[in-house]
Amino acid sequence: MTMVAACPGCAAAPMALKHAENHAAPALVLSLPTIHCAACIGKVERKLNALPQVDTARVNLSLKQLSVHGADVDADTIVAELKSIGYEAYPLDATLLETRQDTVGRNLMVRLAVAGFAMMNVMLFSVAIWSGASDTTRELFHLISATISLPAVLYCGQPFFASAWSALRVRGLNMDVPISLAILLATGMSLFEVMNGGAHAYFDAALSLTFFLLIGRYLDHHTRSSVRSAAKELAALEVRTAQRIENGEAVKTPVSELAVGDRLLIPSGVRVPVDGTLDSTQAISDRSFLTGESAAITLAQGQQVQAGEINLGAPFEMTATAVGDDTTLRRVATLVEMAENSRNSYTNLADRAARIYAPAVHLLAFISFLAWVWINGDVRHALNIAVAVLIITCPCALGLAVPAVATAAIGRLYSMGFLVKSGTALERLAEVDIAIFDKTGTLTLAGANARLDSLTSQQAAIVKGLAQASDHPVSRALVAALPTAVAAPLTDIAEVGGSGMQALYKGQTVQLGRGDWIGASFNGLGLKVGDDPAIALPLRETPREGVEAALNGLRDLGVPSQILSGDKQDAVSALALQLGVKDIQAEISATDKHAYLSKLQHEGHHVVMVGDGLNDTAALAAAHASVAPSSALDASRNAADVVMLRESLDGFPLLIRIARSTSQLSKQNFAIAAGYNAIAIPVALLGYATPLLAAIAMSASSITVIANAMRVRFIK
Amino acid sequence: MNVLIILIPVSIILGALGLCGFLWTLRSGQYDDAAGSAARLLLDDEEPCDE
Repeated sequence: MTMVAACPGCAAAPMALKHAENHAAPALVLSLPTIHCAACIGKVERKLNALPQVDTARVNLSLKQLSVHGADVDADTIVAELKSIGYEAYPLDATLLETRQDTVGRNLMVRLAVAGFAMMNVMLFSVAIWSGASDTTRELFHLISATISLPAVLYCGQPFFASAWSALRVRGLNMDVPISLAILLATGMSLFEVMNGGAHAYFDAALSLTFFLLIGRYLDHHTRSSVRSAAKELAALEVRTAQRIENGEAVKTPVSELAVGDRLLIPSGVRVPVDGTLDSTQAISDRSFLTGESAAITLAQGQQVQAGEINLGAPFEMTATAVGDDTTLRRVATLVEMAENSRNSYTNLADRAARIYAPAVHLLAFISFLAWVWINGDVRHALNIAVAVLIITCPCALGLAVPAVATAAIGRLYSMGFLVKSGTALERLAEVDIAIFDKTGTLTLAGANARLDSLTSQQAAIVKGLAQASDHPVSRALVAALPTAVAAPLTDIAEVGGSGMQALYKGQTVQLGRGDWIGASFNGLGLKVGDDPAIALPLRETPREGVEAALNGLRDLGVPSQILSGDKQDAVSALALQLGVKDIQAEISATDKHAYLSKLQHEGHHVVMVGDGLNDTAALAAAHASVAPSSALDASRNAADVVMLRESLDGFPLLIRIARSTSQLSKQNFAIAAGYNAIAIPVALLGYATPLLAAIAMSASSITVIANAMRVRFIK
Repeated sequence: MNVLIILIPVSIILGALGLCGFLWTLRSGQYDDAAGSAARLLLDDEEPCDE
């Protein structure tokens, strides 16, 4: 019977299921940054599923990603199709994305669910016992609780046991050692009591301890994995194809397949993928990523082109001389990654607390045991009290205090466009007292910005006419700065390499170019019309949006700013003057930056470094905390703690403020937890602790700590 | 008190059913795209059945 095929709707319904079961890696993953609603999903999926080569296409709205299954789907066609219905799409390098599911997170979730189920059931019996069940009823309830608790504790507590064991194996102590000890001792002691008909059993305490701590563990994992996948997406966004010239035609080839000796075509505005030599007669290139120098450099045929440069002029051809890991860019990046990272030695707040806390707790429990044995000689009673002390002091709130605050803060910062890679990054950012900025690409954006208000309309027309004829980035900036001018009719236009443009206008020679070339007294860009004196055309870099607000905000927070740049002295001082920054250093190399930073840190300062280029990478890695814009090189983004996803810098002071309140809230949470302990410990030591008291103290402190953490959301 | 002999297993079994249900939703990937699932509710069926 072929009833199924009769109904297209019924045939379509299993499609979704089929897709869900389709565990094979998708042929194509695209980032869809503008997708935001149900209508978008419908439009995109309908459009793509109608294409013959597409098996299934499915949007993930949480990740803003689209995965396409199909035998021969082509990224360009899909992008074009999506563009035709109004969506930007960027192909992602699927090998860089985490395609396998988040097994660790799912595993924690399963344990959390089991712990929650067991806790609820055992709690029901405990409530009955606390309200007065006695004799055989109590024994029955204790037995059932034990049957549920024992497997649940052994299964759910594994993440803590494993971590504690790995610390003990190297003779260390971490927060998981007292946690595991408390969970295991509470269960073991309660079992013994139940076997012997005792009155007190701590099964509910052991389970709720596990449950609350698993929440902390899951929050911690979730934050880290979502930030990691966002960082991966950023890396996967980078175009990894190049135009290789095969038989006179440019063919799109993955960068990983390029070989030494390949001839490549580099279109305008594209980053050079490999090292090589220039084949075209001339090229204009932006090397600021490597040196920090903002001015474009002119290359002649046969000169070296380095991976990472951006072609600012007309398309050029080159021959590859080093590919893959052999390029200068990769070699330097690898060196930086291998170099000693000052932050590896940073111990986070929770671990610092654990170092004091864990031995103290163990000592306290042990002393109380000895004391009670000495007082009345009853080992069982003394052991009961020692276990109660361990349960009451178990760092439940401590285990929750830091992850809860960090998760809330990192989530808030992500929605503001800051990708914070770790919780300790926030703790370190909170301590900074000096901010050091790179100039090119960090405080300023690529491209110049000319002030041409003082020109007469005739001069403006000449400038536009000359500039239009050239591909040089400065010329393009001039054209952009003169949107209303009508280009003057010029004849005999010629470009003099490295100097400027020259032409004839109404019989007069007109020149646009370097000051010394046109015979002016200044060095910068100038215009000369006939025999009139040369006119200076001041060129400025475009500051990034919100720079002034950011620097002022930082000053108010007591974090003075400095500029370290590889660019020329006058370019740096001009910008510093404009922004009101006094401490500047220009024309310094990557090693100088690193040395200067280390010097400051040796003097006891905590420096936050903000930079984007390869010349900043060493400094980024050495700084106490570091920030990179999303336009930065891979290596810089990897070295940085925080990646700024937005173009504007104005949120920067808020980043520091949130970091400071985060560490303040974490400390408050420790204080709250300590406060609960201060009340409960004496009670436990004197032998008055009951399972009811333990349950109340534990739940109350955990809930207070989480509620306090949520205050991060309201920081202005 | 004899009613406990029935009620206790019943309550535990009901709780365990809830747990199994949750684990099933987790394993079948229903939490992978929470925002998307919420939005998909509003989508029309692709094609109506024309039987």
